[in-house]
Amino acid sequence: MLSRTADCLFWLARYMERAGNIARGLEVASRMASVAGDEAGEAEVWRSLLVAAGCDEGFFEKQDRATQDTVVHWLVFDQENPSAIVSCVAAARSNARSVRTALTVAMWSSLNDTWNELRAMSVAQIEGEKLPGFLEWVRERVLLFNGAAHDTMLRDEAWRFVHLGTMLERADCTARLLDVRHEILAPETDGAVAHAQWQALLRSVSAGRAYQWVYRDRLQPRKIAELLILRPELPRSLMACHSEVAKTLDAIAKGQGGRTGECHRLAGEMQAKLNFGRIDNVLAGGLHAFLTGLIEHTAQLGAEIEAFYTRA
Amino acid sequence: MAITPAAYDEMNGLAGQIAASPAYAEIQRWLAATPQEELARKRGEAEHLFRRIGITFAVYGEGGDPERLIPFDIIPRIMAQSEWQRLATGLTQRVRALNAFLADVYGKQEIIRAGKIPKALVLENEALRPVMAGFTPPGGIYTHISGIDLVRTGPDKFYVLEDNCRTPSGVSYMLENREAMLRLFPRLCHRHRIAPVSRYPEELLTTLKEAAPPNCPGDPNVVLLTPGPFNSAYYEHCFLADEMGIEVVEGGDLVVQDKRVFMRTTAGPKRVDVIYRRIDDEFLDPEVFREDSLVGVPGLMGAYLAGNVALANAPGGGIADDKAIYPYVPDMVRFYLNEEPLIANVPTYLCERDDDRKYVLEHLDELVVKLCKGSGGYGMLVGPHATAAERADFAARIKARPADYIAQPTLALSTCPTLVEKGVAPRHVDLRPFVLSGKEVRIVPGGLTRVALRDGSLVVNSSQGGGTKDTWVLEGEGPFELPPEQPAKAASQSQSQSQMREQR
Repeated sequence: MLSRTADCLFWLARYMERAGNIARGLEVASRMASVAGDEAGEAEVWRSLLVAAGCDEGFFEKQDRATQDTVVHWLVFDQENPSAIVSCVAAARSNARSVRTALTVAMWSSLNDTWNELRAMSVAQIEGEKLPGFLEWVRERVLLFNGAAHDTMLRDEAWRFVHLGTMLERADCTARLLDVRHEILAPETDGAVAHAQWQALLRSVSAGRAYQWVYRDRLQPRKIAELLILRPELPRSLMACHSEVAKTLDAIAKGQGGRTGECHRLAGEMQAKLNFGRIDNVLAGGLHAFLTGLIEHTAQLGAEIEAFYTRA
Repeated sequence: MAITPAAYDEMNGLAGQIAASPAYAEIQRWLAATPQEELARKRGEAEHLFRRIGITFAVYGEGGDPERLIPFDIIPRIMAQSEWQRLATGLTQRVRALNAFLADVYGKQEIIRAGKIPKALVLENEALRPVMAGFTPPGGIYTHISGIDLVRTGPDKFYVLEDNCRTPSGVSYMLENREAMLRLFPRLCHRHRIAPVSRYPEELLTTLKEAAPPNCPGDPNVVLLTPGPFNSAYYEHCFLADEMGIEVVEGGDLVVQDKRVFMRTTAGPKRVDVIYRRIDDEFLDPEVFREDSLVGVPGLMGAYLAGNVALANAPGGGIADDKAIYPYVPDMVRFYLNEEPLIANVPTYLCERDDDRKYVLEHLDELVVKLCKGSGGYGMLVGPHATAAERADFAARIKARPADYIAQPTLALSTCPTLVEKGVAPRHVDLRPFVLSGKEVRIVPGGLTRVALRDGSLVVNSSQGGGTKDTWVLEGEGPFELPPEQPAKAASQSQSQSQMREQR
């Protein structure tokens, strides 16, 4: 497969996943803001969302304070923000357009329809009461795209690079969402506010019900951390994502007669760390330190994948 | 002021002179029976279909939506099998002559020595690529894909308006228009027994594989070289590559090593044998042509001339479709094939000839004047529709640079029924069939019909308000001899009430 095609497919998937994750982040932040209690707490919720999305610097160059309206605008509409939902969808589509022949019709249609509808939307259509509906729509469009890819692509290298992009982006995103909220998972946290925040966090990775199915227990920060980091059953857990990344890289290598590089070693290392890790050890060493390390590691892995397959 | 003569309509004929065409009998019934709103609704559906699939052409730098739809007219243009057969024979002849001319120009130049075409016109032509001199591409084919633009003035009167031997586009519309019609009007299509066009991509791939260099081992690796997503025909590049199952590559995806071309893949470099290039000559290779080309491949021409890769079409094909060379194509047919041309040229005046120029300047109000280098309908004067000031402007331009201009009489171009704002009305059309030259000449029946949507306009280019139609070449001489399935509201009472209604 052309290196450029692989690169476009990888990024196409990453951008779509990012758009969905921004929507998830906004959903959980809206909920947390409503239970924050005071204005300072609310501002903190929005600020940490910006940090999780990795676009707080750009935001504070334009705005003094993080409020619902300014953050929503920045993360949904502002084309100056490369992580805004419109920017992600536009970037995904532009990548898709460059490699249209590598996509199936179903993938292209879902993406093209999303882009056409999104660019026809005005701020008034997603403000205030309409925001939850809009965010749900974004999540559904990403689900549709992922479903189209999963159900219609030949299981060849094209599929593997798409899947790799989705999984790497998802791993990064789950780690970031967790990291900005690591304080609410400290062992001594409790109370009604904390409980609502835990719920919101679980929902942001579609794990509200999953927690109950796995643990059948009251929400506990230790178990939430374990679910999101180490449990292989949860599709958005770090373990699940990194295991897919490693598996997919192995499949690509196998398809090419066993050619491997640094990216394969790194992916294996991450997978082993998560596979054999224990939540108590992670928490003892500090959740924040653990997650920061993982985020850096994931970024390095992304760079190694590009160096090996698409920049050679 | 000359008066444009009445035009022949391909459905209705010409009042008092030419009878209505039997090939259109069913279409005529269908148009009479279908309410205006229904046609408009179907047109809306067609547009939705095209937008959804993403069949757009890109227009950058004009503001507005950069991805536009070419207007699609839902009323098909129809040709009987016998009409098409005559055309196909003539097209094959013409393209064989064009290829023979190219081989001669870059070879022995016998046609020049025989005095059939002025030496300077060929050798000083900007479209000539001296780098090609003495090189013979595999099979001696230069223009593998030719788009021959035809116009019509009567039932048997076709003229070649223009040859396209560089990178002719539009074939994706031919294919997608048919898909749209089959989807929108399955029964109407069925009743017409239309010769299919869907095998074009296969024929194209076969033609491209046949162009592979003799030293290519096994099944040739064919790729399509595109300038990228900002090119107006990018959709078509992807569409064709996808249909053929080949890679769409950009210049940066290819690399030349030891006069061999490779594409960069995730598994390392892979050898390329045939390049269906949709990049103009000038941009192919910055080492040979334009140095500032960012879309080309350095060293590509070296690999090509070493016989290690094939380019389709061959560089330098533009000398055969140049507007100043065009008047000599009928002579090429006689010279190389020893045959009389089956499809005529539009009579053409060369402004650099004193007699011709004098005539042109005296008859500007009757003629169409074209810039030799122009394309896309720009740099053109349609005399009868121009203002006095526009004509004066062109007269001055012709006097200043006579060699740049040719002129042709305004033909009464045929019309086809077309759905416009006010209803169904006749609009002028042309036809671009696509002729493939490999070990044999292959043409899928029909081509791209372009239609001038503005009343009275003769300009069919999409950049100038033109649209497209599906072109139906019938397997026979007319539609099935069936009673119409949809009783017309306005039709005669004799139709039985028991006839099945078309299900909607």
